[in-house]
Amino acid sequence: MTAEQTALADVRDTGGGKPDGAVVRDALGVGVAVGLSGFAFGVTSAGSGLTLLQTCALSLLVFTGASQFALVGALAAGGSPFTAAAGAFFLGVRNAFYGLRLSQLLALPRVVRPFAAQWVIDETAAVSLAQPDRRGARIGFLVTGLSLYLLWNLTTLLGALGAEAIGDTDAWGLDAAGPAVFLALLAPMLRTGTERTVAGLAVLLGLGLLPVLPAGVPVLIAALAAPAVLWAQGRRKSAPRGDVPEEDR
Amino acid sequence: MNIWIAIGATALGCYAVKLAGLLVPAGVLERPVVRRLAALLPVALLAALTAQQTFADGRALVLDARAAGLAAAAVALVLRAPFLVVVGAAVVVTAGVRALGG
Repeated sequence: MTAEQTALADVRDTGGGKPDGAVVRDALGVGVAVGLSGFAFGVTSAGSGLTLLQTCALSLLVFTGASQFALVGALAAGGSPFTAAAGAFFLGVRNAFYGLRLSQLLALPRVVRPFAAQWVIDETAAVSLAQPDRRGARIGFLVTGLSLYLLWNLTTLLGALGAEAIGDTDAWGLDAAGPAVFLALLAPMLRTGTERTVAGLAVLLGLGLLPVLPAGVPVLIAALAAPAVLWAQGRRKSAPRGDVPEEDR
Repeated sequence: MNIWIAIGATALGCYAVKLAGLLVPAGVLERPVVRRLAALLPVALLAALTAQQTFADGRALVLDARAAGLAAAAVALVLRAPFLVVVGAAVVVTAGVRALGG
């Protein structure tokens, strides 16, 4: 017990963080679990008609899962390259906000930032932001980013090769992997009524407009559910009081 | 060729927003409205994409084995299953329903 207290005091003295080993373990847990799901992307992408090279290029160069799934899904549905890319791009915009938080937390030198940028994604942000100090955040970012990047690209390759080997991916139910991935990413975001309202409205717009608009466009219009709900809320909130509410997160 | 254009545009755009977050001075994007919008945009996109990739066949709406697969994924999520199990459940159930129903 005294040893524990001393150890605790030592940790506090060296900056109040948790041991490096624990950070590495957390980071590897996330990196490996999510990295393996590159397999699902490789299969989905190859099943959508992209070549092996195109599939691997997406994981190497885009490296943000939801955007990759969205792009191959839109291309498979016959969307134009630009509407497909636009949908994937808007999904990637959230990474800018992770970058904003991370740049303060990690305090990276300016020359390192262009290299670190490719790893600014959901998982690295989640692990880094969960650490109590800068050292832990930096280790978490590095280990999560490295393990996830390597595994995601490796499993993408294996998935694409596997899909080519088995031929008809739909017969194996692999066309359900894409929507299941989206649902798994979406579920933890549906915390309050606001998120659920946005999701519900987006589903209605996305499905309702599908038969009448060119492929890829309904998703972009469905994205307007977000500003629409925010705007409606802002009106409702400011109407009774008339002053601008000081909103805290 | 079209596919390479889409890949190039997506790669450039996604890299640019990642880098922008690291380079832009704090405060520019820190307004509450911008933050709220950035958090809600993926919700709208993911919800629409989930629905479309489950119920769309080209530009027609259909109810097929994928719906059963997605329901299985939803059940797995409610049971707090790991990510890969959620995706696996959707794939297995979709394949199973197709095998049974032809």
